[in-house]
Amino acid sequence: MEQTIEYAHATGVLGSVWLLIAIPLVSSAVILLLGRRSAKFAHWLGTAAIGAGFVLTLIYFFSLRDQPNRAVERNLWEFISVGNLKVDIGLLFDPLSAVFCLLITGVGFLIHLYAVGYMAHDERRHTFFGYFNLFAAAMLLLVLGNNYVMLYLGWEGVGLASYLLISFWYTRPSAATAGKKAFLMNRVGDAGLVIAIFTMFAYLGSTNYADVFNGVGGLSSTVVLLMGLLLLLGATGKSGQFPLQAWLPDAMEGPTPVSALIHAATMVTAGVYLIARSNAIFSANEVLQTVVVSVGALTLLIGCIIGAAKDDIKRVLAWSTVSQIGYMFLGVGLGGGAYALAIIHLLAHGFFKANMFLGAGSVMHGMKDQVDIRRFGGLWKLMPWTFGTFTAGWLAIVGFPGFSGFFTKEPIIVAAFEREGWTAWLYGWAALLGAGLTAFYMTRLWVLTFLGPKRWTEDIEHPHESPPIMVGPLVLLAIGSAIAGGLMASPVAKWLEPPLPHEAGHPEPVMSHGVITTLSLVLTFAGIGLAYLLFRRGTALVEQPAGVVVTAARRNLYADAFNEIVFEKPGIFLTRALVFLDNRGIDGAVNGLAAAVGGGSGRLRRLQTGFVRSYAMSMMAGALVVVAAFVAVQMGWLS
Amino acid sequence: MTLSPYAPIVGLFALAAFFALFSVASARIAGPRRYNRAKLDAYECGIEPSPQPVGGGRFPIKFYLTAMLFIVFDIEIIFLYPWAVSFDQLGLFGFVEMVMFIGTVFIAYAYVWRRGGLDWD
Amino acid sequence: MTIKFPDIDYAAIAPLLIMFGVAALGVLVEAFVPKRARHLTQLVLALAGLVAALVVLVTQAETRVVTAGGAIAVDGPALFLQGSIIVLAIMAVLLIGERSLEKGGPFVAQAAITVGSEDDRRQAARADGATEVYPLATFAIFGMMLFVSANDLLTMFIALEVLSLPLYLMCALARRRRLVSQEAALKYFMLGAYASAFFLFGVALVYGFTASVQAAPGRMAGGVDFATIHAAATQSPANRALLFGGLAMIAIGLLFKAAAAPFHVWTPDVYQGAPTAVTGFMAACTKVAAFGALLRVLYVAFDGARWDFTPVLGAIAILTMLVGAVLSVTQTDLKRLLAYSSIANAGYLLVGVLAGVREGISSTMFYLVAYGFTVIAAFAVVTLVRDADGEATHLSRWAGLGRRSPVFAGVFTFILLAFAGIPLTSGFISKFAVFGAALDGGQTWLVIAGVITSMVLAFPYLRVVVMMWLSEPGESTPTIAVPGALTAAALVIGVAATLVLGVAPAPLLNLSDTAGQFIR
Repeated sequence: MEQTIEYAHATGVLGSVWLLIAIPLVSSAVILLLGRRSAKFAHWLGTAAIGAGFVLTLIYFFSLRDQPNRAVERNLWEFISVGNLKVDIGLLFDPLSAVFCLLITGVGFLIHLYAVGYMAHDERRHTFFGYFNLFAAAMLLLVLGNNYVMLYLGWEGVGLASYLLISFWYTRPSAATAGKKAFLMNRVGDAGLVIAIFTMFAYLGSTNYADVFNGVGGLSSTVVLLMGLLLLLGATGKSGQFPLQAWLPDAMEGPTPVSALIHAATMVTAGVYLIARSNAIFSANEVLQTVVVSVGALTLLIGCIIGAAKDDIKRVLAWSTVSQIGYMFLGVGLGGGAYALAIIHLLAHGFFKANMFLGAGSVMHGMKDQVDIRRFGGLWKLMPWTFGTFTAGWLAIVGFPGFSGFFTKEPIIVAAFEREGWTAWLYGWAALLGAGLTAFYMTRLWVLTFLGPKRWTEDIEHPHESPPIMVGPLVLLAIGSAIAGGLMASPVAKWLEPPLPHEAGHPEPVMSHGVITTLSLVLTFAGIGLAYLLFRRGTALVEQPAGVVVTAARRNLYADAFNEIVFEKPGIFLTRALVFLDNRGIDGAVNGLAAAVGGGSGRLRRLQTGFVRSYAMSMMAGALVVVAAFVAVQMGWLS
Repeated sequence: MTLSPYAPIVGLFALAAFFALFSVASARIAGPRRYNRAKLDAYECGIEPSPQPVGGGRFPIKFYLTAMLFIVFDIEIIFLYPWAVSFDQLGLFGFVEMVMFIGTVFIAYAYVWRRGGLDWD
Repeated sequence: MTIKFPDIDYAAIAPLLIMFGVAALGVLVEAFVPKRARHLTQLVLALAGLVAALVVLVTQAETRVVTAGGAIAVDGPALFLQGSIIVLAIMAVLLIGERSLEKGGPFVAQAAITVGSEDDRRQAARADGATEVYPLATFAIFGMMLFVSANDLLTMFIALEVLSLPLYLMCALARRRRLVSQEAALKYFMLGAYASAFFLFGVALVYGFTASVQAAPGRMAGGVDFATIHAAATQSPANRALLFGGLAMIAIGLLFKAAAAPFHVWTPDVYQGAPTAVTGFMAACTKVAAFGALLRVLYVAFDGARWDFTPVLGAIAILTMLVGAVLSVTQTDLKRLLAYSSIANAGYLLVGVLAGVREGISSTMFYLVAYGFTVIAAFAVVTLVRDADGEATHLSRWAGLGRRSPVFAGVFTFILLAFAGIPLTSGFISKFAVFGAALDGGQTWLVIAGVITSMVLAFPYLRVVVMMWLSEPGESTPTIAVPGALTAAALVIGVAATLVLGVAPAPLLNLSDTAGQFIR
């Protein structure tokens, strides 16, 4: 299907699409620059900015239908122009970016509203809203850019905001460490993205989506594979996928609205956006697709297994996010019609996961910031609203018939079975198994938190329901969680068709639809039943000794230990070795001579300082090497 | 066997190195070691470079200052000679250039004079 | 015998003449203007001279000529770089002229007095500082401007000395921490003289090479002007060892000034010891001059030997980036940290120089300007963080500064983000431009090394950011002095330029692109 991608120039209402980014950015700048002086109104300003963004997005969304190809482009000004490298500040508003904008501003607005109540007692609430709006602006830039450099700008922007918000309570060492960890692991992914962008420029001479996608067909498969793998590295970093998954659960050290908005609903799905947006690249190489599918399948299982062993309510949800994004990666990796499936699952997930995180926040709010699910129990009577809304989220994620997850996760599982040969069995069963495990650990979380006997710590007497400003968003999100999947499944798939490839005569799955759905339901109900039976009477209050599998899961399957041994230790060693070399090697060699002649007195002191003579010596050595190298090159020894 | 035209340079290097080593070594081996105060003085120009007076006493640099000023004017004279010899051919252009050169040197001279560089005390 | 007079295009070299005239006038001011009026006179004179030179330079923007008997080339890169030097020097002079931060200004009157002696204590405590620093600075600026437009190796050597000697002296003028300042000056002088010797020896070897080539029948003797070297280098295979030996030595002399490893050893000590305003001047203007000269030597004189020198200089670039990035990780003094960062930036600039295409020239020139603005602004902030003993440069002292003074910590954060190459700052654009040019020129290996080291380099910058914002201010956290008008002006110019060049860099990129063509 060789067709040239072109975008119409934005006119009329859509000409002002840049406002989407500008409004939260200005609001953020006002709040952060005024500092404490904005404390009285910052939260309302921030919320209003996102609300305005949501209204605007709706307007743009509806005016998009009249456009050819339903996509418009707007170049604001020339950003970089060196030689034949030209990068514009340009925006692209098409169905894919439109649904992301709706998710970011819509769910974002509700979470902002919730945060007004949640952060009410924090004296740095204004700063929080400043960062929060900064995040929204960067995230909107990420999805609205019309070239990879713009995407990268947004990418770094959300990374920065995420770092600032994870370590928002920077007085807690764990929060500061988690922020650093997130930052560093994201840098690994970012390096991949940057090199991918350089590769595009090198081979295609442009980073514009239109130019890149039109040019991919003419590239050798090795280059496409390289480019795709680098993009994938970037995506895994941002989305917490294998092998860069370890930072995401630690990021829960941030305030709960942050976990809901950034680390569940929007930012962590940027990787999925990147792959879906670059579908022309990923569809062009089969090896690449297989790698994406494998990453997705592996991560969704890792997330489930670790999620089942954790006792911290937010970490369970975090590992569940890792696992659900694994489903999305599985979807975008399968290619063809599954791209749209992944995006729909992403939207549904945005609703129910935000809902559950905010629900968890509401529980913590009432329980004096307790996060250990072993110390909850019996809360359904005391927090009826939280219980009800959380239940809607739980039913949605496990894929209970009639709820969101049922309509969005099932098609991905079916699509996994549509691959050819034995891989259909491998990935299909991985997805099925994941569904069962998801049901198990989510039910465990739900039962331990809301049902069963009270296991509270002594200092809690009357857990209270949260104020209306927090409950309101919860209810709206709960409604979204319940029905969004069913409502969106087919119209959104059609709506997404121009930017994403359409369903093109896919092969039959290796088992019939009915069998797959039945199997999936059986596994789901088995998971729910097992978890209910095991945990309905509560659980031990402290960690119990466990077998190899559970211990490994509690230790995050040793990913942290792996990182430490493979990346951190050699890095530290390299730095130390170089410093050692400079202090002892260069200075030492020279001073060693002096010491041998002049005797040992004061030798240690001399080792520490840089003398001109040792400087001159190292310059001399360098000069000799340079001259020798020049002569060697000239003699043909080196080239 | 033809010798590279640069072989003499290597020879010169060797000769220089040999001479330096030879002078130092022969003085050490053959020379009598009878030291007195005058022999240990540095260059017999009146300054005791080390050890310095305790507490950072005054350090007369008048000799150096005068020597430096002398060199500046010395070099000026050296440049004036060839100009004087070929004054006819150089004509107005050369004259103007020379005036500018002398003017530049005189700026430095004026600075030294005004700031007391020529006063002995 | 007839003598042929050199043809001199006075209009083309007018900016040079103005700077030289201003420097000479500055010396006369020292001689004749009464002490009280000197500081103001010198400051106005220096700024007026710089502005006048800039205006004249702009009127000459279209000039492309080799003049003064082939000694000076006035072409696109020369004019662009001279302009950059002037603009950055204006900022540096503003910093040098600031007297409100410290009684009598940051300089002492006499550099060479024994440290700790009664005289030294008296002059450090006495109100009046040296105003000689202005003629010294203007002489250095003149030398730098000549350096980037020199069209033969001897003129280049003269310019090198004219720019270096005043800098050595300026390093020794710090009012506080006299011993470190003198030590810095002495180290810089000795190693600089050492490097000059390499340069001069290289010139001799290259002369020998051209002479051996030109000795063919019917030819004149050799020469050291770039056209002759170019002709000789492209022409003959004989005695190329001389050519490469010479090029290597000349490159060493220039790389010393540019602070490339392993000739960077002086940088941390000198940057730390010199008065901060002077350090800013060196970090911005000397870098422009050194890389301007390096560009000219490599692109004009030794263009024919590109394939031979690129691997060696590429290895130096990688070593420089590595040394700068890795060693900056463990620095605890802010000025030393900036010194190692300056070393790493020399590596990135070398990547641009070695691109070997026209974009290499223009992107390197853009990088120089962008980096210059940012680095002067950085040192301007360093001058403001003070305690009773003067500037507090130890990193631990900056902890919690964000609480004490969010505005300045914010400004410094922005500057550090620019150094780290975060988008929307000039640092991102300039790295992007340089790496893009290098990819165009097929130097992928350099770009990979560049990207990796800039990741490493982001860490020390962000560590400072984290320290300023996420630590509690301690008892010993210094105050931030209210900047005087001059420092404030320099700071605003630097930060604004960093932002503007990051958001809308197109005009300057276009300008550097139009200017990126040498004449021979």
